[in-house]
Amino acid sequence: MRLAGIDLDCVRGGREVFTGLSFSLQSSEALMVTGPNGAGKSSLLRMVAGLLRAAGGRLELKGGEAELTIAEQCHYLGHQDALKPSLTVAENLAFWTRYLGGSGQTLEALAMLELDGLADLPAAYLSAGQRRRLSLARLVAVKRPIWLLDEPTTALDRAGQARLAELMRAHLAGGGLIVAAAHGPIGLTAARELRLGTAQ
Amino acid sequence: MPELPSLEGAGGLSVLLPGAPMSALAALFVRDLKLAVRVGGGALMGVLFFLIVVTLVPFAVGPDPNLLARIGPAILWLGALLASLLALDRLLAGDYEDGSLDLILTGRSALELAVAVKAAAHWLSTGLPLVVVAPLLGLFLNLDWWASGAVALTLAAGTPALTFIGLIGAALSVALRRGGLLLPILVLPLTVPVLIFGVAASNAAVTGPLPFGAPFAILCALTLLSIVIGIVAAAAALRHGLE
Repeated sequence: MRLAGIDLDCVRGGREVFTGLSFSLQSSEALMVTGPNGAGKSSLLRMVAGLLRAAGGRLELKGGEAELTIAEQCHYLGHQDALKPSLTVAENLAFWTRYLGGSGQTLEALAMLELDGLADLPAAYLSAGQRRRLSLARLVAVKRPIWLLDEPTTALDRAGQARLAELMRAHLAGGGLIVAAAHGPIGLTAARELRLGTAQ
Repeated sequence: MPELPSLEGAGGLSVLLPGAPMSALAALFVRDLKLAVRVGGGALMGVLFFLIVVTLVPFAVGPDPNLLARIGPAILWLGALLASLLALDRLLAGDYEDGSLDLILTGRSALELAVAVKAAAHWLSTGLPLVVVAPLLGLFLNLDWWASGAVALTLAAGTPALTFIGLIGAALSVALRRGGLLLPILVLPLTVPVLIFGVAASNAAVTGPLPFGAPFAILCALTLLSIVIGIVAAAAALRHGLE
């Protein structure tokens, strides 16, 4: 599987964020998108996730499922956690698992992120790090080949970051792709870097 | 039977679909209903607002029973219109604010179907209760049971139109990132035909001499039309607003 962006332009609110951006990555590869604030890291991820139209250029996915769009094969983990405070931890995850087309192995996913003890707690009572872990559980519960992670380590403690790194390595070992936007290391040593905000 | 781990709390639908794996859209429907009935969901707010509006009218126009009976259907319709407007703010804005809308867009269901399901769940949790309490509130306005029943029937036929017209406004206000206040201004003018024919059908049933059938049929047609246009327009607005 090969994901490529060719000559992508991004315009937000009339301002050019980046132009002529190209990247490509294969199965089992990770791409770290770095750059200063406002360089377009999140915009690039949203573009791949189909949440933002490219002003120019195109995205290509070879070797994916032909009947699905690129966005439908992506997991997008944004700044927001997409959790409903009045639903319990298990209900939140079960909903996204079903909606995104997963098999319903939600308890295992919760256990992998050490949230199984909190399954019946309404999400309103979770801490920021626990909310983040619950969002990450979605990636485990539903298999999708491309992970788009926007600063995934935000609010995670050391153990959480280590667990995230494990999950990412397992995903790559299984032939997945990861595009992550981050300012610091997120535990992927072999990742290539795509630096925005400098001459491309 | 395949295991359905967390359906126990889902209530009704698991009984309706024993053993069936819930599709993405069914999951969305059940989630929205659950959110509406839980604390802070606001399913009851519309009904309370409806009650307050209808209660205020006799204070404003005076306690003349004949006058109240004459304007009763119109008051019930206005109250229901305002009450459904109140709840519209939550139709898409909540999912937009917490990022759920992004994930709904990366789902494998057509966006048109997803918004249709959301609107249907929204009507079931906010529109249907208005229909149910309308005959009761009709008593406050000196309407007899026959007249109250007629108003409830027209509300049952007309409130889905209000929800699906409101869906367009909700999608636009999310796409334009202008919350709350824009919504009523966008939506209210579009609801005028529904209001006209809803009240006309109610009045025809109560006082005559016009036949009930004609305005009621037009009301039903308006509802069907708004469902189609509302779904397509809301999905288009959301797609266009991707920024």
